[in-house]
Amino acid sequence: MHDSTAHEVHHAPPSSFLRKHVFSLDHKVIGKQYYALALVAVLVGMVLSWLMRLHLGWTSLAIPGLHLLSKTGAPGDVMTPEYYLQLMTMHATIMVFFVLTTAPFAAFGNYFLPIQVGAEDMPFPRFNMMSFWVTCTAFVVLVASFFVGDGPTLGGWTQYAPLSAVGSVAGPGEGMGVVLWASSIAIFCIGQLLGSLNFITTTLDMRTKGMSLWRLPITTWGWFVTSLMGLTAFAVLMPACILLILDHVAGTSFFVPSNLVLNDQLQPHAGGSTLLWQHLFWFFGHPEVYIAIVPGMGIVSHVLITNMRRPMLSHRTLIYSFGALAVLSYMVYGHHMFVSGMNPVSSIVFSFPTLIITIPSTIVVLIWIGSLYGSKLRTNTACLFSLGFISMFITGGISGFFLAQPSIDIMLHATYFVVGHFHMVMGVAAMFGIFAGTYFWFPKMYGRMMNETLGKIHFWLTFVGAYCIFMPFHYLGLAGNVRRYQAFVADYMQPLIPVHKFITVAALATGAAQLIFLYNLFYSRYRGAVAPANPWQATSLEWSTPSSPPPFDNFGGKLPTVYHDPYQYGVEGSSGDYVMQDSPEQIQSVRDEA
Amino acid sequence: MSDAGLTMEAHGHPPGMVVGLPPFTVPAKKMAMWLFIIADAATFAACLVVYGFLRNGSADWPRPFHSITNVALMTLILLTSSLTMLFGVRAAKAGDKALAFRWTMITALGGVLFALLHIREWLGLIGEGMTLFHNPWGNALFGSSFFAITGLHLTHVAGGVIALVVVGLRYKGGRFNASDLEITGLYWHFVDLVWMFVVPFVYLLNLGH
Amino acid sequence: MAKFFAITIIVIAIASAIPIVRHTWWLAPDISTHGAPIDEQMSETMAEAGVSFLVSQILLAIFIWRFSQPRPGGKIKNFPGGAMGLVIGAFLLVGTEVLALGAFGAKAWASIYFTPPAPNALPVQVQAGQFAFYFRYPGPDGKFGPIHPNLISETNENFYGIDQTHDADSKDDIVTAEMAIPVNREIQLLMHSKDVGHSFFVPELRIQQDFVPGLDLSMHFTATKIGRYEIVCTQLCGLGHYNMKAYLSVLSPEDFDAWMKKEAALQ
Ligand code: HEA
Ligand code: HEA
Ligand code: CUA
Ligand SMILES: [Cu+2]
Repeated sequence: MHDSTAHEVHHAPPSSFLRKHVFSLDHKVIGKQYYALALVAVLVGMVLSWLMRLHLGWTSLAIPGLHLLSKTGAPGDVMTPEYYLQLMTMHATIMVFFVLTTAPFAAFGNYFLPIQVGAEDMPFPRFNMMSFWVTCTAFVVLVASFFVGDGPTLGGWTQYAPLSAVGSVAGPGEGMGVVLWASSIAIFCIGQLLGSLNFITTTLDMRTKGMSLWRLPITTWGWFVTSLMGLTAFAVLMPACILLILDHVAGTSFFVPSNLVLNDQLQPHAGGSTLLWQHLFWFFGHPEVYIAIVPGMGIVSHVLITNMRRPMLSHRTLIYSFGALAVLSYMVYGHHMFVSGMNPVSSIVFSFPTLIITIPSTIVVLIWIGSLYGSKLRTNTACLFSLGFISMFITGGISGFFLAQPSIDIMLHATYFVVGHFHMVMGVAAMFGIFAGTYFWFPKMYGRMMNETLGKIHFWLTFVGAYCIFMPFHYLGLAGNVRRYQAFVADYMQPLIPVHKFITVAALATGAAQLIFLYNLFYSRYRGAVAPANPWQATSLEWSTPSSPPPFDNFGGKLPTVYHDPYQYGVEGSSGDYVMQDSPEQIQSVRDEA
Repeated sequence: MSDAGLTMEAHGHPPGMVVGLPPFTVPAKKMAMWLFIIADAATFAACLVVYGFLRNGSADWPRPFHSITNVALMTLILLTSSLTMLFGVRAAKAGDKALAFRWTMITALGGVLFALLHIREWLGLIGEGMTLFHNPWGNALFGSSFFAITGLHLTHVAGGVIALVVVGLRYKGGRFNASDLEITGLYWHFVDLVWMFVVPFVYLLNLGH
Repeated sequence: MAKFFAITIIVIAIASAIPIVRHTWWLAPDISTHGAPIDEQMSETMAEAGVSFLVSQILLAIFIWRFSQPRPGGKIKNFPGGAMGLVIGAFLLVGTEVLALGAFGAKAWASIYFTPPAPNALPVQVQAGQFAFYFRYPGPDGKFGPIHPNLISETNENFYGIDQTHDADSKDDIVTAEMAIPVNREIQLLMHSKDVGHSFFVPELRIQQDFVPGLDLSMHFTATKIGRYEIVCTQLCGLGHYNMKAYLSVLSPEDFDAWMKKEAALQ
C-alpha cells in the first residue's frame, strides 16, 4: 500500500508514516485496511472450519499440534466436545461479523463509494478512521477469548440465553468467554454505526455535479441501502449485548428467569425472560443477513453489466427491490423462532412476510437472468464469480423458501438443512460477491492485473467444491441430522456419517483451493501485469481517475462532471460500445429505462 | 434520458464540494446528526421494548413511586431547556452572538439541574434499598431496567451538557457557527423527546396506588 | 469456457435433484396423526420449489451458453417483455405460490397448535436438563405433585425436585429416564426446562418444540405405530448437547400398563 496517500478533505496529502498507513484518513487506505482485516479474519474462520470438519468426519482423530491452540480443549490433540462448540461459535462470529460485514460493505464500500459518486473523500474522515480501528479492536477482543480462562464461548453465534447469561456454571467459556464475545460485538456495532453514518452522508451530500440519485451505479445503491439497514440493526444489537454483559458482571437477570438449577445449584437470578434475547438478537439478525448479501448483489450486478456489455433490463427495478428487501427484512425476524415457544400465532404472522420477501429476491434474480438474454457475455474470472453467485443464491434462496413455512420448519429447524441454507447464501454466494469484486477492482486498487488463469482455476475448484460441501447439508437435514452436534450418537444418524466424511474431504479440498487465490493476490500485487487505465472498458467514475490506484484526492484536483446514466453500454460511441459517465459525448441510441 | 443533472449549480460550496440535487441539500453535519438520532432512537426503543417485555411477563412488578412531583419538576426543567435552546438558536440565526451564547448556557444549566434532581432521586431509591439486582418491592428487574434506561438517558443529558458548553464557547470564540449550534440543539431536543417516552413508561406506569 | 460452465451448472442442478427425487435421504416415516399435512406440504413445496430450482438454473445455463459467443457486429437485444414482464412474472409466479403454500401451511400449523388436547389425553411431563430428559407420569391419582427447584439434585437422584414425604400428589408419581406411551392414545406432553434452553425433537412424530426456561409449554400428539424411537435435543444447551437423547417406546396398551407397573415398582 506504499503508493496510496491519505488526506483530509481539502487538505494536503499527509507526510508522516502513521498518517499515511496506520491512522490514515483516506477512505481508500481505510478500505484496504478493512480488506486486510477481512482477509485475516476469513483465514482464521476457514482454518476453524477445517478443524471442525475434521472432527465431524473422524471424531476421535488427533490433529497434530491442536494442543498448542488450547491445552484443555484438546488433550492429546483430540478435540473435546466443548472445544468443538467453541470453535464453531468463533467460526460463525468471525465469518458473519468480521468477514461478511467488513469485506463487501466496509472494504469495497469505503474504497469505491466516494469515487463512484465523484467525491474527494467522505465528509467525516476521522469517523471513518475510528470506524476501522474500533472494528479492529472488536476483532482483537474476540480473538483474545481464545487465550483467556477456559476459552471462547460455546453458545453458538446466536448466543441464546440463559446458556449465555448464567455464567461459567453453564459450561466452559460461558463466563469470561461470553463477556468478551458480547463486548466485541458491542464494539463492532459502534464501528459499523460510524461507517454507516459516513456512507449515507457521502451518498446524499457528496455527489459531484450531474450525479443525480438515479445516476448512481448499482453498487453505490447496494452500499447505501445496506448502511440504512446497518444504522438501526446495529443500534439494537448493541444495547442487547450490553444487557447481556450486565447479567454477567452486575448481577442483573434480564435474560434469566427464576428457579434455574444448574449443576445442582439453584441460580440466584430471577424474573428475566429468555425469549427476550431471541427477539432482540433476531431483530438484528435478520437485517444482518441482508446486510451481508445486498452489497454482494450490488457488486455482482455491476460486474455483470460490465461484462454483458449492456445495462440491466431495469436499473430502477433493482434499486426498488433492494429497498423492498431492506424494509421487509425488519418484519420477518420471527422466522428464526417458529418452534421457540413464542405464541404460535406469531409464527404464522411472521411466515407471510418471509414468503413475500422472496418476491423482491426473485425479481433481482430474474432481472439478472433476463438481462443475460441478448447480451455479449465475456467470461472473465470476475464475471464467472458473479454468475456463480446467481447459481448459489438461487439454490440457497430456495432452501430458505422451505424454512419460511412454519409447518415444514418443524422438521427442518435446527438441522443441517438450515446450515446448508445459510452457507449457500452467505457462506458461498456472498463470498463469491467478494471474489467478484476482488478480481474486478484489483487493477484499480493496485494498478496491476490479477492472473486470469489462476483465477479461473480458483473459480472452478471453489464453485464445484462449494456445491459438494453444502448441497449434502440439505440432505442431512432432511434425514433429521441435528446441527451443533460434535458427534453423531443417535442411532438414526449413524448411516449419515459417511456423508459427513465426504463433506469433510470436499471442504478440505475447497479450502486448499483458496490458497491459489491468496497466492494470486500477493503475486499479482507485486508481479502482476501493469493494468491499463480501464481494463474492463467500464463506464462508472472509478475508471475515470487519473491513475490506478487513484491519487490521494481521487480525481487529481478536478472533480468530474457526470453526463450520463451509469451504464451506457451497447451504444454507438466514438470510443467503442460504451460511453463513460463523465464523457460529454452525445449518445446515439439510448435505451430508455423501464 | 434527461439531463436534469446538468442544470444544477453549485450552491456556493467550496470547489470540489458540489452538492447533489434537492431535496437532499441538508448539510452533511446536520444529516449526520439526524442519522445519529435515528440510530439512537432505535437503541432507546430497544431498551423500552426490553422493559415492556419484562414488565408484561412479570407477576410482581413493583410500583414504588408515590408522587409525581419530582418527575414533573424534572420534565418541566427539561422542556424549558428545550425552549431556551430554541431561543438560543433563533438568536444565533439573527446574528446576536451574545444572546445566543447566554441562552445556550441557560440551556446547559437546565441540563445540570435536571441531572442533579435525577441523581438525587437515584440516591433516594438506592437509600430505599433498590440496586441493579435487588429491590425491596418485587421483581428485581425493575431496578435493573430503571437504572439502565434512566442511566442511558442521564448519560445523554451529561453528554449534551458538555456538548452545549463546548459548542457554546467555541461559537462565542468564533470557531463554530450558528448551524453548529443548531445541530447541537437538534440533539438536545432529541434527548428531551426521549424523556417524554421514559416518563410514562418508567414512571407513570409504576405509580403506586 | 462459458459452454463448459453452462454444462457444469446443469449437471450440478440435476445431480442435486437426484437424491431428492429418489428419496435417498428423506424424512423418517411419519407415525403421528397430525403429520400428514406436514408431509403433504413438504412434497408440495419440494415439487414447486424443485421445478423453480431446475428451471432457473437451467435458464441461467442456457443464456450463458447462448450469449457468450455473440455474432460479431450483432446488436444487444432485450428480453421479450422486458423488466416489466419479469416483475409481473415474479409477482404472479411467486405470489400465487406464496399464497397457496402459505394458506395451506397455516392450516397445517393450526391443526397442530390451535386444537386443544382431548380431555382423556394421557398427561406426561418431560423435564429437560443438562444433558438428559426425565419423564414423569402422574400415577393412579392422575395428579402431578409440585416441583421444588431447591430440592432438585442429581446426586440424590431427585431429578424433579419432588417432595414425596410432604406432598400427597407426589407420592405415586413415577419418574423415568425413558419415555413410553401407549399407541393410538393422545398424549399431552407438559414441557419444562430446569436450566437452559433445550428442544424435544422426534422426527417420526413430526414434533419439534423448544423448552423455554421459565415457561411451561404443552404439546399434544398421538402415535400410531408401535416401535422404539429416539428423542433428541436440538437446542444448543452446552457441551453435552450432542449426547442429550432419550428413547421413546410406543407400546400396545397392555405392554404400556406392564411397563408402568414395572417402573412404579422401581420408584
Ligand atoms: C446472506 C444471508 C441470507 C439470505 C440472503 C437469506 C435468505 C432467506 N432466508 Fe435465511 N438464514 C440465514 C441467512 C440468509 N438467509 C442464516 C445465517 C440463517 C440461520 C441462522 C442460524 O440459525 O444460525 C437463516 C435461517 C433462515 C430461517 C430460519 C430457519 C430455522 O432456523 O428454522 C428461515 C425461515 O424462514 C430463512 C428464510 C429465508 C428466506 C425465505 C430467504 C429469502 O430471502 C430467499 C429468497 C431467494 C430466493 C427464493 C431465490 C431466488 C428466486 C427464484 C429463483 C425464483 C423461484 C423460487 C421460488 C418460487 C421458491 N432463513
Ligand atoms: C460467512 C459465513 C460463513 C462461511 C464463509 C463459512 C464457511 C464454512 N463453514 Fe460455516 N458457519 C457459519 C458461517 C460461515 N461458514 C455460521 C453462521 C455457522 C453457524 C454456527 C452456529 O451454529 O452457531 C456455521 C457453521 C458451520 C458448520 C456447522 C456446525 C454445526 O452445526 O455443528 C459447519 C460444518 O461443517 C461449517 C462448515 C464450513 C465450511 C467447511 C466452510 C468453508 O471452509 C467453505 C470454504 C471457504 C470459502 C468458499 C471462502 C473462502 C474465502 C477466502 C479465502 C477469501 C475471501 C476474501 C476476503 C474475505 C477478502 N460451518
Ligand atoms: Cu439439551 Cu441440547
Ligand atoms: Cu432470517
